[in-house]
Amino acid sequence: MIALLIRDLRLALRAGGGFGLGLAFFLILAVLVPLGVGPEPATLALIAPGILWVGALLACLLSLDRIFALDFEDGSLDLLATAPVPLEAVVTIKALAHWLTTGLPLVLISPVLGLLLFLPADAYLWLILSLLLGTPALSVIGTFGAALTVGLKRGGLLMSLLVLPLYIPTLVFGAEVVSRGAQGLAVNTPLALLAGITAGAVALLPFASALVLRINLR
Amino acid sequence: MASFWEYANPLKFMRVTDWLLPIVAVAAVVVTATGLIWGFFFTPDDFRQGATVKIVFLHVPAAMMAINVWVMMLVASLIWLIRRHHVSALAAKAAAPIGLTMTLIGLITGAVWGQPMWGTWWAWDPRLTSFLILFLFYLGYIALWAAIDDPDTGADLTAVLCLVGSVFAVLSRYAALFWNQGLHQGASLSVQPGTRMDWAYKAPLYTCMLGFGLVFLALLLAGTRTEIRARRMKALVARERMA
Repeated sequence: MIALLIRDLRLALRAGGGFGLGLAFFLILAVLVPLGVGPEPATLALIAPGILWVGALLACLLSLDRIFALDFEDGSLDLLATAPVPLEAVVTIKALAHWLTTGLPLVLISPVLGLLLFLPADAYLWLILSLLLGTPALSVIGTFGAALTVGLKRGGLLMSLLVLPLYIPTLVFGAEVVSRGAQGLAVNTPLALLAGITAGAVALLPFASALVLRINLR
Repeated sequence: MASFWEYANPLKFMRVTDWLLPIVAVAAVVVTATGLIWGFFFTPDDFRQGATVKIVFLHVPAAMMAINVWVMMLVASLIWLIRRHHVSALAAKAAAPIGLTMTLIGLITGAVWGQPMWGTWWAWDPRLTSFLILFLFYLGYIALWAAIDDPDTGADLTAVLCLVGSVFAVLSRYAALFWNQGLHQGASLSVQPGTRMDWAYKAPLYTCMLGFGLVFLALLLAGTRTEIRARRMKALVARERMA
């Protein structure tokens, strides 16, 4: 399993792995929004929590089809499915690798983008914390979507259609944490709910992902 | 005593629905027409809302069916996953466009009603938001069915999507409630059906609900029969090609 994780990380980091794409997308979004909305700090501060969370979500979405598509094409997914490691574990590792190469960099770069969007100073801690708690859920849910559409040609657009509605609860609670933090309100409830969604998704969704992967490899 | 599961046999299903479908269809038309005509022409105007209140006879039954159809799809998907009855999977497939239409009717009549009453076509009220999300779930479900060629794979994948989607749809419902209360301190404009409603409205409303249920059943049976026939034609074409 660790070997698989290292292999996936290595593939993602090397040229053509698309490692920086999500990050670059996140950056471009944070640059485009002020250009579209206008440079007033008050307006930007108001919408910054939502923009940062939506941006993180879309950046996550961009790299999802890489989770299984390449392995499916060259047949290594079949090998993984017949390997002694349970497929649920393979799926979890794949989601973890996706999070390490997409979610974690997004978390790390988010304070810089918060600066661009005049995020209030109180909210930085909550921005980092909510993204840290929420992005694993995005990766796991996304892995389910990628597993659903792995065998399809032009599955990318369909996958967005399937995955985005599933992202709604995570987005709502995550953005709520940041905007409450920005206003200096108590964040315990949305933070706990966000953590609950992540915990539930990480615990249960790999089984669903492995199930649909088996169906698709049949 | 015949078992319920006998109707999972496509032959038996086709034979029973052959005479059942016309009866249900006629009943659906009669009951819905009665309910709507009663509601639109033989109820008094509301003293505050005037005649616009009558859109309730379309809005509430459609909204109710939008949710009920998803629940039916969930049950049908579970039956397919557990007992592998093809009729069940095809019924879920046939139900999705009906549910999508019901959701759309609910949203559009809601907008038409909201314009004179609230002064806006749309508000990010939790109830409205949840319906829009439900609409997206229907779209995804139908798109996945349309994208997959192999019928059994398609049935399996959409069934799992329906199960997972149901969980997230419920989560989204509560997230929407939480989100709006968090922002607007519970300024909800939603209408509670049947709470303080006079019997003069309730009776035609219940008739319309029954009518919409029957309309769904009729369309579902017709849709499932079409799917079964389409599956048979595919099998016949495949057999001919083999020979």
